[in-house]
Amino acid sequence: MCRLFALTSRDPISPMLAINALNTMKEGHDGSGVGLCLRGLGGRFEEELQGCPILSGIFTEAGLRRLEQYTMDHGFKSQYSILYTPETEPPEGTPVRGTYAAIAYKVPRGWKELTAAQQGQKLVEMRLELRKMGEEDGDIMVFSFWPDTIIVKEVGDPLEIGEWLQLGANRNLYARHILAQGRQNTNYAINLYACHPFFIEGVASMTNGENTAFIPIMEYMQSRNVTGYSGYQSDSEVFTHIAHYTTKRLGLDIRAYKHVITPLMDHEMADHPDREFLATLKRSCRKMIIDGPNCIIGTLDDGSMFMVQDRKKLRPGIVGGKDGIYAFSSEVCGIDAVIPDRDKSKDFQPMHLDTVIVGPDCKEIETCSQKDQLPRQL
Amino acid sequence: MLTERPITPSTLGVRDLNWQIEWDKDLCTQCGRCTSVCPVNAIELGVHRKREIKTPAGLMKKAENEYSIFYGIRQKTDPAYACIGCSMCNMVCPNNAIGPKREEGSTTQKFHNDRGGNPRTRGGRRNSGESLLDQIKFMRISMLTDPALDAGRHEFRLNTLLGRVQSPEESLKTYQEQGWKPPVREIYPLVIGGMSFGAMSPNMWEGLQMGVAYLNEELNMPVRISTGEGGCPPRLLRSRFLKYVILQIASGYFGWDEIIHAIPEMKVDPCAIEIKYGQGAKPGDGGLLMWYKVNKLIAAIRGVPEGVSLPSPPTHQTQYSIEESVAKMIQSMSMAWGFRVPVYPKISASSTSLAVLNNLTRNPYAAGLAIDGEDGGTGAAYNVSMNHMGHPIASNLRDCYNALVVTGKQNELPLIAGGGIGKSGNLAANAAALIMLGASAVQVGKYVMQAGAGCLGSEKDRCNVCNIGVCPKGITSQDPRLYRRLDPEKVAERVVDFYLSFDTEIKKIIAPLGRSTSLPIGMADALGISDRAAADRLGIKYVV
Ligand code: SF4
Ligand code: SF4
Repeated sequence: MCRLFALTSRDPISPMLAINALNTMKEGHDGSGVGLCLRGLGGRFEEELQGCPILSGIFTEAGLRRLEQYTMDHGFKSQYSILYTPETEPPEGTPVRGTYAAIAYKVPRGWKELTAAQQGQKLVEMRLELRKMGEEDGDIMVFSFWPDTIIVKEVGDPLEIGEWLQLGANRNLYARHILAQGRQNTNYAINLYACHPFFIEGVASMTNGENTAFIPIMEYMQSRNVTGYSGYQSDSEVFTHIAHYTTKRLGLDIRAYKHVITPLMDHEMADHPDREFLATLKRSCRKMIIDGPNCIIGTLDDGSMFMVQDRKKLRPGIVGGKDGIYAFSSEVCGIDAVIPDRDKSKDFQPMHLDTVIVGPDCKEIETCSQKDQLPRQL
Repeated sequence: MLTERPITPSTLGVRDLNWQIEWDKDLCTQCGRCTSVCPVNAIELGVHRKREIKTPAGLMKKAENEYSIFYGIRQKTDPAYACIGCSMCNMVCPNNAIGPKREEGSTTQKFHNDRGGNPRTRGGRRNSGESLLDQIKFMRISMLTDPALDAGRHEFRLNTLLGRVQSPEESLKTYQEQGWKPPVREIYPLVIGGMSFGAMSPNMWEGLQMGVAYLNEELNMPVRISTGEGGCPPRLLRSRFLKYVILQIASGYFGWDEIIHAIPEMKVDPCAIEIKYGQGAKPGDGGLLMWYKVNKLIAAIRGVPEGVSLPSPPTHQTQYSIEESVAKMIQSMSMAWGFRVPVYPKISASSTSLAVLNNLTRNPYAAGLAIDGEDGGTGAAYNVSMNHMGHPIASNLRDCYNALVVTGKQNELPLIAGGGIGKSGNLAANAAALIMLGASAVQVGKYVMQAGAGCLGSEKDRCNVCNIGVCPKGITSQDPRLYRRLDPEKVAERVVDFYLSFDTEIKKIIAPLGRSTSLPIGMADALGISDRAAADRLGIKYVV
């Protein structure tokens, strides 16, 4: 079973904190891969490059050249980049790939006139195009292309990779919201893109467990005609897309996410204040019901972070912390490693009906049950 | 017997018959029950004369003839009276002295099944044992990475939706604007398919309805039953049980008057309206209720004279094309109940299934599509249609589901699959396979008769005289002397039994696949088959 760890903090912190926490839970993951999603970036990304789309990925030298040509053709000018080409031997099981990069771009003229949705669409299209360009010879591997977002993925043991890539060394890589997972996917071949977390248009999430409804949900998401619902190297990638679909396409609050993936039973819904809405949602979103076992941790564009459980709560998950920093973890030892001085009595383990949210202000743990009234959204 | 028996082209010996009667002289008590119960008069009481030559020892006296007579059973060799292997004679025999035996090597009888130039008609389904559904295995089993779910302990939600389901965007818009929502019913995914009131005996019908009512009201399983063409008893139409019933209308419109007239007095809406365009057993053909079964009651309900054969025409006569027909019928049926009742067509699986489906996806009132594969059908049909026509359900359903996936309408337009489910007794496994290939629900007819009422029919051409009203079990007969053999209460009990065991079995299949809170519709990654061509065709795994 895979271990997950996420941190949300008021001030930017080092991603190594999260990786170290993962390491304390090592027995639970096989270290076959690591994925890191950094949002709410600090350093130069915050100070000078607010709003600039950041491309993150791995490139060979040829890939970098092709990338440069491509971005130039699209009128994107690179503003600042973190490029790291490890000179030492990679850890066992990790192939030599080239340069790990996070490049912030200045957008072309006329871009500002586009609506946010149009900008988003363009960025997604470009990311997909780049990914496609690199698919043949593997010279370009892109994980995200979005403002204030850096994603690092690699096959191998998380701690060894973190140290090898010197992730803690660059203060410009510090972030407020960090998702980290120490394994890639279950049931499928080892694939770089399959490392969790997954990201699309400001929504990132990671999951443990197995998604038995993978094929039907994947087919459903793909048929929604949303650019970017593609890939699917892992049986959990769909959870991110469902979160994206729920919040961005249907315009619902993240509290509705749980109602989409694990709707209430009819009798539980019978005296719910939102029963009519919930029944509508359950009926039309039936295709997106998951059966678990899954614990899902994710973060949204506004910097809030959430955790939800499957209907039977077959996976552990715990949230704890103190004013300013909160951790979402699949095991308590992970939180202990990073925030040992918190009030442990306030730790919260969401059960089958709960959604836990920590807002961008990192003040408190907000829990809501599926039985609670939803915020008015329609 | 004549000393000079005429031997004509259609003279058969007992050995030429498919089924031969074995009768034991020593065990027989000559009670006569077997001959009186035989539905086709295949056996008769015979007087046998025996001559024995007695030769006394010592040659003192001449040898003598001794004549004796005894009574016994004689099997007729006229193909019109050929034994159908139903085994009723055996069931009533106090001493087990008689019973039919299948004669595998005898092929002659089939050449004489066309007496008077009439091709053979029969009930039942195609006479071939193999079933592709039985070969499918379920494989994506959660073992080590995750605990499998517990079929006996975890909560399960197996219900499915019948009716047009709006997409999330549409449904939120409708919700916001308080617009018209297409009616949707939450039903149990195993539906009792249409077997009409004319085809079934009143006792069988009553038993089924009672079983369904019990399942709904006592066991909380929303099981639904289709009436089949031929109307519905007026009392049921005006009762609260109508909500468990899917009313069928077919090209003959038989019984439809009765239904229309009852609308103002209906206490509840029916579950749905099924417009039958075709059946798996006789694709492109209408229904066929032969005159034997059109008695006074049936004639009254259907609004026809007594004792005439009632073939439904293969098309809906008042309409010109399938597009027009589907659109108009759905529209007018929806209108009849104020757009509160789901209306969907039922077609035979065929090469045009996709075309029909295509029409439906663009019709906001279409509530689903029922597809009946070649193995379906219980009513009377021509032998040749039943055995040689139609499309197997698995690939037809899969094509339709995949077509929906392309347009993003999977499960928004539910597919109901039928035809050959449980043909070899594997009801739950077959149903689960079809659901994972894309069916939202499955429908069974013959299995219900076999399990619910002890129908004797088999895939080896046993019994199958449903069409001529002599059903030895009283299932498909309108003759009170026959149907009083069938106790409706017992039928209801059996229906409940097999539904409950189906429920357990299907949980045993889907729980290890990690599914419990929603039906695994389209979960084709869980399926495997050892037939390469079938695997490719269905888009499932090839495993050996
Ligand atoms: S098996 Fe059936 S048809 Fe054959 S002789 Fe016995 S009762 Fe008659
Ligand atoms: S028992 Fe009745 S219903 Fe069954 S095959 Fe024979 S005639 Fe048909």
